[in-house]
Amino acid sequence: MTSIAPPGPDTLVARRPEVEWSPAAGAERPPSRRRGNRSAAIELGSCALASLAFIWLLFTIAGLSAPFGFVVCWYLLFLVSYAVLSNSLHGRLVMKDRLATIGVWSGSLVAGLALAAVIGFVVFKGAPVAFAKFPHFWTTDMTRGGAATPVTSVGAGAAIMGSVEQVGIAALFSVPLAILTAVYLVESQSVLAKIVRNIVDAMTGTPSIIAGLFVYLIWVQPHGVNGKSGVAAAVALTVLMLPLTTRASMEVIKVIPGGLREAALGLGAPPWRVVLQVVVPTARTGLITAAILGVARTTGETAEVLFTAGGNQRYNLNPVHGWQDDLPLRIYELIGQPSLNAIREAWGVAFVLVSVVLAFFVLSRSVGSSGRGTLISRLLRAARRPTIGDTP
Amino acid sequence: MTALDQMVGFPQQQYGANAGQARLVARNVSAWFGTKKVLERISLNMEPGQVSALIGPSGCGKSTFLRILNRLHELVPVAALSGSVELDGENIYGPTASVTRTRLKIGMVFQKPNPFPSMSIAQNVLAGLRLSGTKVHNRDALVQECLERAGLWKETRNRLNESGYSLSGGQQQRLCIARALAVRPRVLLLDEPCSALDPISTGVIEETIRELCRDVTIVIVTHNMQQAQRISDTCALFLIDDEGKPGYIVESGPTDQMFSRPNDPRTADYVNGRFG
Ligand SMILES: Nc1ncnc2c1ncn2[C@@H]1O[C@H](COP(=O)(O)OP(=O)(O)OP(=O)(O)O)[C@@H](O)[C@H]1O
Ligand SMILES: [Mg+2]
Repeated sequence: MTSIAPPGPDTLVARRPEVEWSPAAGAERPPSRRRGNRSAAIELGSCALASLAFIWLLFTIAGLSAPFGFVVCWYLLFLVSYAVLSNSLHGRLVMKDRLATIGVWSGSLVAGLALAAVIGFVVFKGAPVAFAKFPHFWTTDMTRGGAATPVTSVGAGAAIMGSVEQVGIAALFSVPLAILTAVYLVESQSVLAKIVRNIVDAMTGTPSIIAGLFVYLIWVQPHGVNGKSGVAAAVALTVLMLPLTTRASMEVIKVIPGGLREAALGLGAPPWRVVLQVVVPTARTGLITAAILGVARTTGETAEVLFTAGGNQRYNLNPVHGWQDDLPLRIYELIGQPSLNAIREAWGVAFVLVSVVLAFFVLSRSVGSSGRGTLISRLLRAARRPTIGDTP
Repeated sequence: MTALDQMVGFPQQQYGANAGQARLVARNVSAWFGTKKVLERISLNMEPGQVSALIGPSGCGKSTFLRILNRLHELVPVAALSGSVELDGENIYGPTASVTRTRLKIGMVFQKPNPFPSMSIAQNVLAGLRLSGTKVHNRDALVQECLERAGLWKETRNRLNESGYSLSGGQQQRLCIARALAVRPRVLLLDEPCSALDPISTGVIEETIRELCRDVTIVIVTHNMQQAQRISDTCALFLIDDEGKPGYIVESGPTDQMFSRPNDPRTADYVNGRFG
């Protein structure tokens, strides 16, 4: 049986010993909320170093050479020694707090490393190609390529323009429709809304190749060789982007307190004005994030554009006529060619694609976290805003 | 005709002098949430140009009744209603009655403050006009007048462009009062408007209520007996017999009579704090 100790006089102090919460009497400025101090850092560092040295000694004596096992042993020993040290110096509460902090940090480190490895590899392989004679690779098309020509004679320009047009058209179709659908699905209690909600959920899980096949069968095949075009690809992308953006927008609109709608209705506003002037503006940052995430997701989709865009080595800026290139499709085609140059070019295109998608994500995060204002002013502010941690 | 009318540019006959004529009558109103009956045959006259106070213990259906007067009750999907509510002899639940026009005429301040977070303080004040598509000639003066009447002008005069959410809870409540005043309703429903306010702000609001009641019919829910005595002309006591039973009106009548010579012993108990 455990007994619960009454809170002693030092409980409050023990909880966050490293934080200085109360400013000196009469201080004008609020105290800094930065956690940790030098002695805490020294304790952490010495535990890490001591356990490293010990494990290294152990592995050398035993003649082991297993890098993964080495890291795991080091980490475990570090945890134990850090726990023992914290417990003996500061007590149980601090030890638990520190162990939880270490757990959270190492967990995010592992996840972050995996992501960084994927992106880092693309940057490592692709950046030299993409930045050789910058901006050449970003503006030229693929026409001068071939096994004998140097990598730097071609570029992803046609693919970039194709992607921009196809995703842009798809966004034009799906973003307004998705937001309106989301508003309807959240606000309406009708049977139809229930059905549509289920359809949206099902569509979110549709394999993307099905979307591509669907457009191929109803549009591309009947029109023969002229069937493939930028718009056909855009329609296929819409099939995916629409439910994605609708789902994300619904989550955003759902969290708007019902009191706001009642307040607006109680003032005598017709429902459509409540939606346009209260619900959507209140959810605006979230809706922008939802739209950008939908766009970012679809930019990298290959299966939809596989049978619908056609691919094209030349620039084709007309989305309604003629085959069009785009980024994922170009990677797919280059990878399939029996030429080392083509493989290297594929890495270059992959780099372009990853940077575009990353740019979308960064944009959505910064738009999502900034405050009120018009869309434009907000985008500008987001671009100028220093990242967290830069503040003095 | 007040300065506010000139600024908003409402037709005078609709507001101004005629506004005192708005009489609100509830006849045999019963209300349900799902199968649970929360109000039992409420009949109440809310006289023009007077302040009617609704008092009663928590959970007896005062807010529900107030929301029925403004047709907000029907927004709850499981809510049901019987009986009728007449504004100047016209049933607001009648087949030809327009919901939005009714709500425009009958303003409401909610128990929980709910300013619009996407709008600035000034925009919040003007929200009702914007949301109902009404043109305003002199915005700044209207914003100032409404905020002054709500006792919020001094604190917000230098931050009119900040978000309404940046205010404290009590300030948000006063902002909602200012927002309700800006549309110049003929009836104003106030659900515990002073429950989060200090005595000074409460005094300002009460003064505003007394001033407004010459033009506007006011119905106020309050848990504060002194407040009910100070500001109301008539008073109605809601009670509930048992948990799960519907609320009903024990007694209604002129406030001084309710407080000094009530007909029902339960009223005497309640207003003197001897209940339960
Ligand atoms: N949306 C709802 N769904 C279901 N029941 C509800 C809903 N709103 C209120 N009720 C019920 O209706 C009854 C009356 O509630 P109401 O809010 O009108 O009380 P009140 O008199 O305003 O109380 P208070 O003084 O605490 O504000 C309560 O029993 C409450 O549980
Ligand atoms: Mg209430």
